[in-house]
Amino acid sequence: MLELTQVSKHFGGVEVLQNVSFTVQAGQVFGLIGPNGAGKTTVFNLITGLIAPSSGTISFNGQPLTGVAPHQITRRGIARTFQNIRVFKEMSLLDNVIVGMHAHLDYSAAGLLLSLPGFRQQERQARVRAHELLSMVGLDKNAYDLADAMSYGDQRKLELARALATEPKLLLLDEPVAGMNTGEKSELMRVIVRIAERGYTIFVIEHDMRFVMGLCQRIAVLNFGRIIAEGKPEEIKRNPDVIEAYLGRDDESETVSAA
Amino acid sequence: MLEQQLINALSLGSVYALFALGFTLVFGVLGVINLSHGTVFMLGAYAALQAVTRLNLPLSAALLVAFVFSGALGLAIDVLVLRPLRQRQAPHLIPMIATIGIAIFFNSATQGLFGAENLRFPSGLVPDQQLIWGDIQISVLEAGIVIFSFSLMAAMLMVMKKTQLGRALRAIAESPKAAALLGINVEGLFMLTSFIAAALGGIGGVLIALYSNAVFPLMGQPMLHKGIAVIILGGMGDIRGALVGGLFLGFAEVLAVAYIGSTMRDAIAFGLLFVVLLLRPQGLFGKVLERKA
Amino acid sequence: MEGFDNFWAVYSNLVLSIGINALLAISIWFTLSCGLLAMANAAFMGIGAYTAALLTMKAGASFTVALLGGIGAPLAVALIIGMPTLRLSGVYLAMATLGFGEVVRILILNAERWTGGALGLNGIPQLTQWWHVLASLVAVLLVLWRLRRSRVGRAFEAIKEDDVAAALMGIGVMSHKLLAFALGAGIAGLAGALNAHLTFFIGPAEYGFERGIDILTMAVLGGTGGLAGPVVGALVITLLPEFLRSFRNYRLMINGVILVLIVLFLPKGIWDPSRVRQWLKRSRRGMPDNTAGVR
Repeated sequence: MLELTQVSKHFGGVEVLQNVSFTVQAGQVFGLIGPNGAGKTTVFNLITGLIAPSSGTISFNGQPLTGVAPHQITRRGIARTFQNIRVFKEMSLLDNVIVGMHAHLDYSAAGLLLSLPGFRQQERQARVRAHELLSMVGLDKNAYDLADAMSYGDQRKLELARALATEPKLLLLDEPVAGMNTGEKSELMRVIVRIAERGYTIFVIEHDMRFVMGLCQRIAVLNFGRIIAEGKPEEIKRNPDVIEAYLGRDDESETVSAA
Repeated sequence: MLEQQLINALSLGSVYALFALGFTLVFGVLGVINLSHGTVFMLGAYAALQAVTRLNLPLSAALLVAFVFSGALGLAIDVLVLRPLRQRQAPHLIPMIATIGIAIFFNSATQGLFGAENLRFPSGLVPDQQLIWGDIQISVLEAGIVIFSFSLMAAMLMVMKKTQLGRALRAIAESPKAAALLGINVEGLFMLTSFIAAALGGIGGVLIALYSNAVFPLMGQPMLHKGIAVIILGGMGDIRGALVGGLFLGFAEVLAVAYIGSTMRDAIAFGLLFVVLLLRPQGLFGKVLERKA
Repeated sequence: MEGFDNFWAVYSNLVLSIGINALLAISIWFTLSCGLLAMANAAFMGIGAYTAALLTMKAGASFTVALLGGIGAPLAVALIIGMPTLRLSGVYLAMATLGFGEVVRILILNAERWTGGALGLNGIPQLTQWWHVLASLVAVLLVLWRLRRSRVGRAFEAIKEDDVAAALMGIGVMSHKLLAFALGAGIAGLAGALNAHLTFFIGPAEYGFERGIDILTMAVLGGTGGLAGPVVGALVITLLPEFLRSFRNYRLMINGVILVLIVLFLPKGIWDPSRVRQWLKRSRRGMPDNTAGVR
């Protein structure tokens, strides 16, 4: 579904990514892990078109994404959340989600200005769908509150609902449980599993090992801008390079408990 | 002929630079586009004029009066208006609009007190001699303006580059929060910056008033427009940029008047600005700001 | 009725200025609602005014055609200059658009054959009736009201809050910015065209930096949170000097002080929907008997 081939990116003289290649299959939950500063978020920024690769190609369903504007990439079916939450704070939760449906609301200027039936029907459907998505992440009771008033964890869930509103085929999640406590983590994990069961392909970047190992069918490991391993969770857990580069050091305790 | 034009451009440009220096300092450190800077500039000229005509002070003392008066005014504006807005974390537009109100207030107060007409410094305040150097003539006044402006700017640059104060100011420009965490007295330096910037503006006002032999309530407005153009040309918040941008504008204007015609003089500043912004949004000397995703 | 006639004879110009200023305040509201500080609206007003005046004076066009020209010309110019300028952000956009405004002013000043240069255009037919202004204002407000409740209005708001996140929601950020810029230009042009056929005379000095600042002040002072904001702002800024007339020379001084006080004490402008809502809530809480019925 998503294929990165020999992708490199450098900012000035700094090589952030070097010859990164991997493939995300349709229907999978794919994980990309690696220490902080390994270049994970850069991968998402490249896929969503916010920055352009220095070399290499990225293709989605066989079509190249290079040079395509971010909003067009979203319309092709890729949605993402952000590591540092970026909800629209001054808007209600409901409006946040409806903004995600932007490309799917199709009414004429006349319909809009005169409030014709077609316009009203589409807006009504959008609201219904937005309520659905909000209840899917458990936020429907707060639909009319401002996003700014929500807790950190709830804002993450809102981002998830908003991303789903764009009707993606592939969902990119950038450290979805960063800064959450254990209870919130397992709750969000259930939400993501539920989403995956509905047939979305999910590509998750994560720092939290236990979370990734429990969720993903396939995992790639990024270290200093290079992919050092790729495989099933059990293989990754056993891979000596990975243990040395990532697991062996500060995250040892997590490895043990994950195993 | 050309040499003569260049001399004119140098004196005009150095005043532009002096004005823009205060303007850019406030933007760089406080993050505020201070639209009352032109007014402070005008009030500096009036303060010096009063010092000369009422108190019979010599020019040097009058410049000092303008420096202190304008600086105190800048300080008052900061404490009474900008600081409350800062504490409220008002978005950038809001302090800018407040400074419009301040400008309207002082412009019309000045008009009410001194009338709208042109006032002049008494003749003989500055020696009326010309320094002749081959084909080139430069008046004592012009030479004084250039030397005085450049020394002030050089002093500012030195302070910013070499001293602890300058380092602290640069740290604040980078991030007031981080600077506060490092133990820098951010509020104090905001006030100091407001004082210095306004004081430099006031001095600029006196120099322009001497140069064009006119003091009037709205003399700061055209200067303000040009100040905006200068700091954009030079890169926002950059002191060297203000210097180079000011000189650049002075040269562009003088040469445009000499070779294209005087009607296009005012179009030059903003025409240039427009083109520069389209080609180099960060200004001629600014650094590239890369947007983070 | 006679009382009204007297009132109208004295104050008609003032009332119509309020309407025209409200249109101007709304014109900049469009870009502000996308989080863009574009300061070209005074220039767009000038382009509209000159286009319309030249159409009626030199081409003998009807007022309708003149108004359409007054909307169309700045709108077209906005589309052309918007492409490169709207890439700029924050202060840089403000400065570039101010620069554009000055360029327009100087061009008008120098195209003497058409525009009369610094002397301006004299003897523009007084075709603007009160209902032209009223109808324009109502029509613009209606469009705006509809727009805010649609994907376009939500897109503007999303772009204002975070344009990267907005793009990743599938919103064409550039095209929406361009739309807001061009619509604002058209409305500023309409205001200019109406004003030109009201005041008999137009000159390049009317469309400079100060006018641009005035327009921005009206919008921000009124409050950009709701539709009523720009109208309230126009009302206050137009009427304030009139109410202060008795202070003679010092009225502008008081004007300045009031401006500063509003900025200091009404953070979101005079008309702030959320404050009004809060206030309503509080007064409702004060009368518990009513709540059941209201809900």
